[in-house]
Parts: sequence; C-alpha cells; structure tokens
Amino acid sequence: MSAVALQVRGLRKTYAALEVIAGIDLSVLAGECFGLLGPNGAGKTTTLKLCLGLTEPDAGDIRLLGEPVPARARAARARVGVVPQFDSLDPDFSVAENLVVYGRYFGIPERVIRSRIPELLEFSGLAGRAAAKLPTLSGGMKRRLTLARALVNDPELLFMDEPTTGLDPQARHLIWERLRQLAQRGKTVILTTHFMEEAERLCSRVAIMDHGRLIALGSPRALVREHIEPQVVEVHGAGLAAWMPDAAALTPRQEHVGETLFCYAADPEPLLERLRGRADLTYVHRPANLEDVFLKLTGRDLRD
Amino acid sequence: MTRRLALPVISLRFVAVWGRNWLVWRKLALPSVLANLADPLIVLFGLGYGLGAVLGTVDGMSYFAYLGAGFVCSAAMYAATFESLYSAFSRMHVQRTWEAIVNAPMNLEDVVAGEWVWAATKAFAAGACVLAVVAAFGYVRSPAALAALPVIVVLGLAFAALGLAINALASGYDFFSYYMTVVLTPMLMLSGVFFPVDQLPAGVRAVSVVLPLYHGVSIVRPLLSGEYPSGWPGHLGVIAAYAIVGFTIAVVLTRRRLLR
Repeated sequence: MSAVALQVRGLRKTYAALEVIAGIDLSVLAGECFGLLGPNGAGKTTTLKLCLGLTEPDAGDIRLLGEPVPARARAARARVGVVPQFDSLDPDFSVAENLVVYGRYFGIPERVIRSRIPELLEFSGLAGRAAAKLPTLSGGMKRRLTLARALVNDPELLFMDEPTTGLDPQARHLIWERLRQLAQRGKTVILTTHFMEEAERLCSRVAIMDHGRLIALGSPRALVREHIEPQVVEVHGAGLAAWMPDAAALTPRQEHVGETLFCYAADPEPLLERLRGRADLTYVHRPANLEDVFLKLTGRDLRD
Repeated sequence: MTRRLALPVISLRFVAVWGRNWLVWRKLALPSVLANLADPLIVLFGLGYGLGAVLGTVDGMSYFAYLGAGFVCSAAMYAATFESLYSAFSRMHVQRTWEAIVNAPMNLEDVVAGEWVWAATKAFAAGACVLAVVAAFGYVRSPAALAALPVIVVLGLAFAALGLAINALASGYDFFSYYMTVVLTPMLMLSGVFFPVDQLPAGVRAVSVVLPLYHGVSIVRPLLSGEYPSGWPGHLGVIAAYAIVGFTIAVVLTRRRLLR
C-alpha cells in the first residue's frame, strides 16, 4: 500500500459560472482519519464526488489509492467503501439481501458475501437482524447497515459523508467507536462533518473548506493552537452592554454575537474575577475548541 | 464535457443491476404474472368477442386474432414504458439506488444498461403472456409465432430506451403523463393495433411509418397467423434503431443529470 492514500493537486470544478472547487491541494496518508469540514455549500460533497470519479474536474490531478481518477476510477472504487450522506439502502430487500446485492456490484460471489454477513452485522451492531425488512429499521440502524454495506468489499479506504447527521447520541457513539476500530485495522477514513466535536474526537487531521478552498489544514489541536486563544469565556445577561468596555480592557479579542460576548484569552483569570458574583451576567468558561476556529475562519453568517 | 457526450461502452457488469431488479420482482412474481395474463384475457375477451361479432373479419382474419397480435406488441410497449419511467424513476430519484450503485465499481452506463435490459425483460414477459392467451384461445396458427418472442424483446428495448431518456429529463412522476398522453396513446391508435392503418388519411399514415409500435405489429401479426412477415428486416431495423439511438440518448441525458 502506498503511504499516500489520496493525493489531490490543483483541483478545480465549475458549475455554470460558479467555481465550487477553486483550487484544492491535499494529501491523506494511509491509515489516517481525515476530516473535511466546512459550512453548507463549501464544496465538501463535490470534493468527495470528484475523488470517486463521479464527476469530472475542470483542472487538477487526483490519485486515489495510487489510481488516477477519473481515468481509472472504477479500479479505485473497487478498493473503496462509501457511506453516502443520504439513505440509499434498498427498501425492497432484507438486511442480508442489501449486502448480497451490493457485493455483486463489486463482482463478489454471493457465497463469499454470505459467509461475511455475520461478521459485518456483528461489527455494525445488527447481529441477528439479517432477515429484518428495511422499513422495520430505525434511522440509526439504517446508518449502521450503510456502514456494513460500505465494508462489504473489505475496502482500504472509507469515504463517509456526514456519517452521524440526524443520529441520537447512542447511535453516534457507536459509529465513532466503529470508526476507531477501522482506523486500528489500518483503514484510511475520510469523513465530512458539520460536527466539530466529531472531527476533534476522530480525526488525526482536518481540513477546513470554505468557498471551494482549503482555508486551514492540520491536527485539530494544532489548528486550535495556531488560530485561536486557548481559553474562551462566553458572557450574556442584562448587564452585558454596560460591561463590554471592561471585557475589552481585559481580553485581547472579543466577538459580540447577538446577546452573547465571546472573550478569547490566554489567561482569562482577571476577566473571571470581575465576573464572579455579578447577578446581571451569566458566563461559561471553557477551553477553546475546533468550533471556535471554524467560526473564526468561516464567519458566523448563516449559509443556506 | 466530451466525456459526457461519449458513446456508451457497455460492460457485462450491467448484469448485476438486472439481477437486483430481478430479485425484487421475484418477491412479487405471482401477482405480476397474473396481472400480465388477466389484463389481456379480460380486454381480448370483451373486445375480441364483443366488437369482433360486429366487425366480422378484419384484414382477412377474425377480429380476435387481429387484436390479439396488436396487444402482444402494445403490452410490451406499456410494460417497458412503465418500468423505465415510474419504476426507474423511483430507483434513480426517490430511493437513490443508482447513486449507491455508482459508488461501487460500476459506471452509470452499467446502471442504465441494466435498467434497459430489465425493462425489456418485463416487456418480454408481458408480450409473451398475451401471446399465451391468444394461443389458448386458438388464434395462433403456426409455431412460427415463436419467432415473435425475439421481436418483442427488441420492441421492449426500443420503448425502454425512450422511457429511460424521458426519465432522465423528469422532474417528478407527473412529467410522465405528458409522455403517456402525447406520445404513447396516439402511437397506440396509429400503429394498427385496433384497426388497419390504411383506414387513416394519407398524411396521418405517414406518421405511422415512423412509429416503432407500427413496425412491431407489422412483424408480429403475420407471424401469429402463420404468414411470412414481408419486409421484416426493414421493420426490425427501425425498431432496433430506436433501441440503439434511444439508449445512447438516454445514457447521455442521464450522465448530464447525475454526473455533476
């Protein structure tokens, strides 16, 4: 296996007059869990589609598991698993039939798939459900079955497009646990997500995308260190307007969003001292996280 | 862009897509076959005997036999059309089945080809069922009628290709009623299914000659009554041209819709 699982250089894609991918360079190492973050419309899903050879770039080179894409996308996809953003399971089939039929698209004989089904269902928390009809499954179970389906060809690399959107915490934690296990088995995982907590927990490196460009790239911890003060105090309450000049004097950077003031500092102690005992202000003190970096870099405006 | 317009290259992988649809159909096979048999049985019985008694013979044969041969072809037309419009649209748009398939080492051509051959398979089943009904009533005159079966397959491929092209343009199920009303219903009337096309005014008859259903009926009817289908290579050529050109257009339009 090559040390670089995915190599992208100078990638561009334009729809009509809109450049949705405006020059992306990145490489994902084999065995890495890599997160692609960005607001809606940043180009995450388009990037995945380009890497899978499902749409053609206007410029740039893609190598997926050593294969040039889109020229040899079929050969590359044979060694890749995909968990798409939207449910695309076959509602007419049972759990097991979904896996068998999907395996056939990889040219895997039914006998081989059947022998792997117990292990796949065990892994995705669906043991004993082989005969279950699709409409009887919950959203979380369908998601897990989609994960099992993506593993039917024992892929070297897994693309996951927002794997936990819409899941309850239990289901989300199970998916996270399974992703860690896959990483331990040496699989490369590339996921897109809106949940910074998810990226922080799972990814060895993340790239933040906006307007078709990578605007930051590194380990979650390094990004926090590089882009933002380590401590955050969020303040709100009736006395906020009058108190804001104090905050400005005590912390190097503040952000005023609606009714809340975000104060960023290396040492928030002087600020906290002033806040303690004030009845007209409520505050939360916490370490800075990837979400702070994300909002700083991509802004707080709504993206529709 | 050039890739989008490239001619389709079909690999044998399309069989996996066909197999997926076959597996779904197998679960509903019995009601499906019964419907394929009951529908022509009822209509042929009513029109063939009822209307046939009034009409006597048409083109030198009983109206039942005349209509039966037409129904073999129109049943294939409707079966291929429904499968390539409503059913294919469900799989493409509603269930996202096609998206899932192309994430595997399958190309969109494989998917469209699988659907194409599958819809033709349904057309074959429907046409063969009508043929069986006509034979059961004793209106099939010669074993040459079996030669109608491959014709039904090609006819199915033609209508499946047209359906898949329309499917690639559809915004929803309602879109298909235009095609059914504006294209298929007139075609049913102008192709010699119910009455000989020489009853039509000359200008309208010129339209019949470009319709694939007309050419299907022109081969199948003589085969069922034990006659040599004169001019069959030309008729079959028109149907095959619809199938091949239609499939190419369907692939290009589907690429435009999905590979973006």
